[in-house]
Amino acid sequence: MIDAKYKMGGFIALAMLLAVSPLFLNAYWVDVLNSVGLYALLALSLNVILGDAGLYNMGHAAFFAVGAYTAAYLNTQFGVPILWALPISGISAGLFGVVLARPVIHLRGDYLLIVTVGVGEIIRIALINNVFGVTGGPNGIFGIARPELFGFRIRRPQEFFYLIWGFVAVTVFLFARLKNSRFGRALDCLREDPVAAEGSGINTGRYQLLAFMVGAAWAGMAGCLYASKMTIISPESFSFWESVLIFIIVILGGAGNIAGVILGTFLIIGLPELFRGFASARMWFFGLAMMIMMIFRTEGILPHRPRIFKNLDRLLP
Amino acid sequence: MSLLSIRNLTKTFGGLTAVSDLSFDVEEKSVVGLIGPNGAGKTTVFNLITGNYQGDRGDILFDGAAIAGLPIHRIVTLGIARTFQTIRLFQNMSVLENVLAGRHCRMKSGLLSSMFKPPAEKREEQEALRFALGELAFVGLKGQATQKAGSLSYGNQRLLEIARALATEPRLLILDEPAGGMNEQETEALVGLIGKLRERGLTILLIEHDMSLVMRACEKLVVLEYGCKIAEGPPLEVKSNPKVIEAYLGAD
Repeated sequence: MIDAKYKMGGFIALAMLLAVSPLFLNAYWVDVLNSVGLYALLALSLNVILGDAGLYNMGHAAFFAVGAYTAAYLNTQFGVPILWALPISGISAGLFGVVLARPVIHLRGDYLLIVTVGVGEIIRIALINNVFGVTGGPNGIFGIARPELFGFRIRRPQEFFYLIWGFVAVTVFLFARLKNSRFGRALDCLREDPVAAEGSGINTGRYQLLAFMVGAAWAGMAGCLYASKMTIISPESFSFWESVLIFIIVILGGAGNIAGVILGTFLIIGLPELFRGFASARMWFFGLAMMIMMIFRTEGILPHRPRIFKNLDRLLP
Repeated sequence: MSLLSIRNLTKTFGGLTAVSDLSFDVEEKSVVGLIGPNGAGKTTVFNLITGNYQGDRGDILFDGAAIAGLPIHRIVTLGIARTFQTIRLFQNMSVLENVLAGRHCRMKSGLLSSMFKPPAEKREEQEALRFALGELAFVGLKGQATQKAGSLSYGNQRLLEIARALATEPRLLILDEPAGGMNEQETEALVGLIGKLRERGLTILLIEHDMSLVMRACEKLVVLEYGCKIAEGPPLEVKSNPKVIEAYLGAD
């Protein structure tokens, strides 16, 4: 109990430190933190699919792209304010996730992984080839408006910091609740043993689709924020490497553990910036660190733990 | 009318007929044992009832309605719960979470209410916790609620599977070798538990190799050999049936 309180206090202290960090960091480092925030959103959304439900999705950048292009298209063609486009990006990416996952969801483990790699590539190539004439081909879409909140236009990195990390905070809050619920338990069971889950009365097919839907929708909303931050998006931002990076963050940080995923994002997106001086050698260290991890701590830095229920005694018959 | 009736059920795997034209009934509130030598097709019958396999021919009627072809989780919701021959718990989840998994099909909260937690969701969670703890107390695992399921002893893991099955509020409980891996005292306790389940009004269908358990716990036995039913009746009668003796011990 006391242990949990200290942990909570530690989290709050770190969150407050992060919240005031733009006051003493220069624009470059705030921008790095913005990047970390966007990747944290992507990793948290993949965590629902990969960490909670145990479905190997290595094409997450595709959902990110659908959200970003939806927002960009709506904004540049119809003048929809970018924050209004946020839920629409989420819905379109979520629907895309369901349509995509429906025919392949019965595939297990590495088979699903291969299919999702393929889907990610198909989306990227479709964007380059300007399918339906809406994606702008290799140049992408430019001139996306900055977001506006109650008449205040967000443009400086410090302002984006609060938009992005505010959204991360909301995401963490909602996803933490989701974990401690009927829905979250169903995904846990699905990851642990799909046969036993179905045999215990859980509609596993439905929950697999729902996991994809939630994960894709959140990645789509991250895409919308990304589009508004960059004001220009192009297919190269949604390459296979992005999917791999998000996948690594979840596995390294701790699949199924929200704090672990955020820690993983800081390590994988933030640390390389610290070691920019070492240029090419940093990737070498990165690979080495991954290998050591996979040998000595296979479940990630902060692994998933069973939920601790409070006040059980009160409920005992 | 019987709670479960199997009618002319047949299942083949390639050229092998695992279950051949099998028919039997399970009466409401009875304990029925399905026995036979290894490879006789007992577990296949269980998998057919629970929907894990689809039969080639024949019907499975539960409470008068055909259930063959329904998805597995639907069959659970209708009131048939099972345990597995090779224990299939959610090893890395706590004992309590395992039982809550069984409670899932009697709960309603969806994605949005799980995220936004309205009072109804909180009430439902409390209710589910209370129910799950009750089932844990029933099988005698109350003290281990917060442990990881994988850390339980083999016998206790079997009991946890039963608790998880009970959390679905079944009418028919299907136990696949519940005494497998249990020591003598644990088996003894299991016989007592089956008696208590029966007092609760449950119907039980079980596979078991421990003949002393079968003889004491069941009121009817169905004997399979090579997928065919060779005998059916009260334990003592079946025990002295020459065909059964031959199947188990071999003919001269």
